[in-house]
Amino acid sequence: MPEATEELCSLDRIDRIIDRYGGQRSALIQVLLDIQKEDKWLAEESLRHVASRLNVPLPQVYQVATFYKAFSLARRGRHLITVCMGTACHVRGSPRLFDRVSQKLGVGPGKTTHDGRFSLLTVNCMGCCALGPVLAIDEDYHSNPSAADLGRILSQYE
Amino acid sequence: MADNITLTIDGHPVSADPSQTVLDAARSAGVAIPTLCHHKDLLPYGGCRLCLVELRQGKRSQLVASCGYYAKAGLEVHTRSPRVLRARKLVLEVLLALMPYSEEIRRLAHENEVTETRYQRTMHYCVLCGLCVRYCDEVKHTNCIGFVGRGVERNVAWVPPDRYDQTCRTCFECMSLCPTGVFPSNFGLAEV
Repeated sequence: MPEATEELCSLDRIDRIIDRYGGQRSALIQVLLDIQKEDKWLAEESLRHVASRLNVPLPQVYQVATFYKAFSLARRGRHLITVCMGTACHVRGSPRLFDRVSQKLGVGPGKTTHDGRFSLLTVNCMGCCALGPVLAIDEDYHSNPSAADLGRILSQYE
Repeated sequence: MADNITLTIDGHPVSADPSQTVLDAARSAGVAIPTLCHHKDLLPYGGCRLCLVELRQGKRSQLVASCGYYAKAGLEVHTRSPRVLRARKLVLEVLLALMPYSEEIRRLAHENEVTETRYQRTMHYCVLCGLCVRYCDEVKHTNCIGFVGRGVERNVAWVPPDRYDQTCRTCFECMSLCPTGVFPSNFGLAEV
């Protein structure tokens, strides 16, 4: 998908992120988190650039990037949909909610829709069990949306 | 070099340099401690936990990895106390379950009278001792391989994968370090 590369953090912007932390190799995780925040995922060229700028061997950058769940090495959509599968949400019917969303988007867990709008993930607790079963799109939380609600909510995202 | 200090290992006074680890001090005094992830040219790692020894101070006692614990004056080290042997056997049971066919692990298990494991046997090819990864980094400075993933998914991989063609073809020094004997045999390069 060549057209998608321009959405990525350009190397200049990665440089600016690194400069913000004074080019310290100890800032590796913070740098990766900032890139993850802007791009929604970590591309191989981003990791290579970080490795050479911070003077950290590439395998060590990958070791960090594959260790933390906050990082994604797979391309992510513009919006992240997370469905809670924690105990409280599970008891209150999150598997059914997940199926509903999954069917609506036509993708399974961990996958991204073809138009690059949404990525679908499951998580194990969002800390708002009273809303369960709960679904979050980026920073917005929705309590047990029906199929009709879902259509309305999803249409608000580009 | 700093002045030598004296510590006791299994009741015998041992003279050691403060820059030595307890493991080195014990080995130079002829006390055998099993290890898997230790290598003289590499920094202490403390990954395999086979080198656990007991430190006693009055009534207090603690288990430490001797490969990463530096010798101190007056240290009371026990390498074959019941607590150490229990811990060592547990570690070996886990290793034996991970790699029931590794000769090195079977030898260590046999030496420490571990014959059966309570854990479910699996077929892993790596005990994550990190010898190859650390050798590539600390001795060769080539950094071709690294750990990827975490928990049960953690393994050793070439990063990026084409580093194998670029650098490893002419090196392969890490393979002779692998305690499992599996890594070399994957490539048909070592006599296993």
